[in-house]
Amino acid sequence: MSETAPAPEPAAAADAPPLRAVVLAGGLTFEREVSLSSGTQVVEGLTRAGIDAELRDADAELLPGLAAAPADAVFIALHGATGEDGALRAVLDLAGVPYVGSAAAACRLAWDKPAAKSVVRSAGITTPDWVALPHSTFRELGAGAVLDLMVARLGLPLMVKPASGGSALGVQKVSRVEDLPAAMVSCFAYGDTVMVERYVEGVEVALAVVDLGDGPQALPAVEIEPESGVFDYSSRYTPGLTEYHAPARLDEDVARRAAELAVRVHEVLGLADLSRTDAIITPDGEVHFLEVNVSPGLTETSMFPMAVEAAGFELGEVLARLLANRAGRSR
Amino acid sequence: MQASEIRALFSVVSRPEVVSLAGGMPAVTALPLDAVGSMIGELVSGMGAQTLQYGSGQGDPRLRERICDVMALEGIHDASPSEVVVTVGSQQGLDLVTRVFCDPGDVVLAEGPSYVGALGVFQAAQARVRHVAMDDDGLIPEALEEALADCRANGDRVKFLYTVPNFHNPAGVTLSEERREAVMAIAEKHDLLIIEDNPYGLLGFEQEPLRALRARNSQRVIYLGSFSKTFSPGLRVGWVLAPLAVREKLVLATEAQVLCPPSLTQYAVARYLDTQPWREQIKIFAELYRERRDAALDSLAALMPAGTAWTQPQGGFYVWLKLPHGLDAKRMQPRAVGAHVAYVPGIGFFADGNGREFMRLSYCYPEPDQIREGVRRLARVIEAELDLHSTFDQVDTGSFRAITPGHDAESIVGPANSDTYEDGR
Ligand SMILES: Cc1ncc(COP(=O)(O)O)c(C=O)c1O
Repeated sequence: MSETAPAPEPAAAADAPPLRAVVLAGGLTFEREVSLSSGTQVVEGLTRAGIDAELRDADAELLPGLAAAPADAVFIALHGATGEDGALRAVLDLAGVPYVGSAAAACRLAWDKPAAKSVVRSAGITTPDWVALPHSTFRELGAGAVLDLMVARLGLPLMVKPASGGSALGVQKVSRVEDLPAAMVSCFAYGDTVMVERYVEGVEVALAVVDLGDGPQALPAVEIEPESGVFDYSSRYTPGLTEYHAPARLDEDVARRAAELAVRVHEVLGLADLSRTDAIITPDGEVHFLEVNVSPGLTETSMFPMAVEAAGFELGEVLARLLANRAGRSR
Repeated sequence: MQASEIRALFSVVSRPEVVSLAGGMPAVTALPLDAVGSMIGELVSGMGAQTLQYGSGQGDPRLRERICDVMALEGIHDASPSEVVVTVGSQQGLDLVTRVFCDPGDVVLAEGPSYVGALGVFQAAQARVRHVAMDDDGLIPEALEEALADCRANGDRVKFLYTVPNFHNPAGVTLSEERREAVMAIAEKHDLLIIEDNPYGLLGFEQEPLRALRARNSQRVIYLGSFSKTFSPGLRVGWVLAPLAVREKLVLATEAQVLCPPSLTQYAVARYLDTQPWREQIKIFAELYRERRDAALDSLAALMPAGTAWTQPQGGFYVWLKLPHGLDAKRMQPRAVGAHVAYVPGIGFFADGNGREFMRLSYCYPEPDQIREGVRRLARVIEAELDLHSTFDQVDTGSFRAITPGHDAESIVGPANSDTYEDGR
């Protein structure tokens, strides 16, 4: 395991027929818009790398379409729900269609943020304390009593997050106890389980991992500096509200430990090909795992492509390598 | 919630699985598309020299004559084509009027709620909006007097009242006959200019159109009209009817913006009015929207939980719905989109942050069956949200124990984690 990945090999010989890729984007989630722009970037990148890539939505036309015009491999640029929770991948497994990225079961685990945190913590990785509860628990035991316990044990501020989903929609930092009930109400609008996490002060980083065939490699960390102090949905997707530093401004030792953590997360959760771990680095250099994304954003302003670029690679080439590996063709 | 989040939620709406009660798109496929198509084709093949050429800044004279015929249907009989300026939708007309009258800091009076596109125009002109309350009979005259008195006391410069008297967007209500007279009397008394925006007036379900405000006073009212709802929004043809002195300024302003309105679409509208049975077509539209309005109102009455209230539109496109106490339409939106139904949260129709407990439902575009399904989903969403509120609203955080300073909790592993994972959610 090293901090930088080897440069991709040159593209396939000109006489081989081009690989055919179907890039899935869109879907029926709040992250549809982001997914569509990720998908567009992927198609452009793969096309630059000489792959015949086509963008498709994950809808009722997908399976007949794949049956009629088989792809050498599918690239899943869907964010949220079916694309990330393993469901779509399970269907592709049934159809015998190879795809880039983690297998269905690993996705299901990573998708469930509290479950993933449990596994990661069992492997000895630091992650902020949390509790995840469905609405029914608050209703049955009394919301006041349960929230009181949470605040007493986890302190303030608290991070309130939907237990699944990757785009930061519904994520709120709660600093005043009187804001907590309303934050819970807002968060439950995104899903039936809410995760409340101890707030850890520090620098937020995105840690991209790729596996080009010789084991998972961490790419340089991307540091996130939101103007508002909180990296919520608006900060993430409104131009100018966040400043990024790639590579992150970290000591060599901290950068190495962050990279190790990301690779370790990738391994203990059984992920494949690519992942993006979000982490917080405290002022004393401790790295805390927050969550991992099996279908990282690949838009022009996403952190995964920034990491690829900081490593000196070309996004299209990296994606093409991943795709060729899954199609059983070396590049 | 920021613009980017709203876009994210709305990006899902384009999928057919989602019932959208959000958009305000007219049902253009109810037009005789073949006839309109060959008509437009002939305009190019037979009259390309004119229809593909620049035209007058004020708009095609023939069309302006026909516009006067259309306005006569709502009681405006004294309009002259020379007072009409054709615009790129009435939206551009409102923008022109606002530019001509408003300086930054000026106050515009508008119903609360008000048309979101108008609020955007006023914001761009840096005008401040003072909302005037409305009820089932439209704008409340006493509230208008009060707003004028407040503004006078504050030393605010009120430039005009912007009002949508018929089948209001988003409120769905219509200004009653008595109130029309009362509003005009107030305008006279306070020397107030009125911008009457009337894209829906001919789309009434139950009765003949009420006389326009402009029909009651030709000097105090600037009238905005549109073919978007009676013919086609894609052609972007609307108009302003204004006294000559104002018209002069509007023409200069529009020439600076667009030189002239598109010739082809102006000819298309004029030819449509000349050769097609447009009055009958408006009846066809109204009948189609009436059926959809009925589907919406019947299913709302059958399904909405207690504490929900809504308006009873007699025409136009919209129902304005008030949620049970404490609910917030914007906060609830992710749940609604998750349940595959979309609406527009009420807060967007106010310039002052009000309207959280309201939403706009449009029945103009989906088929009646889809509307019923959409309302069914919405009712379930509201019930789930009520359930959530009953859990969290009573929490008294003031009674929480103090947080132990420096308290270092042992590891807490969420009890729900493994369950939700293993049951295959
Ligand atoms: C009240 C109101 N005014 C103006 C418009 C815009 O009309 P046009 O298409 O003519 O610009 C609309 C469209 O929804 C509207 O509801």
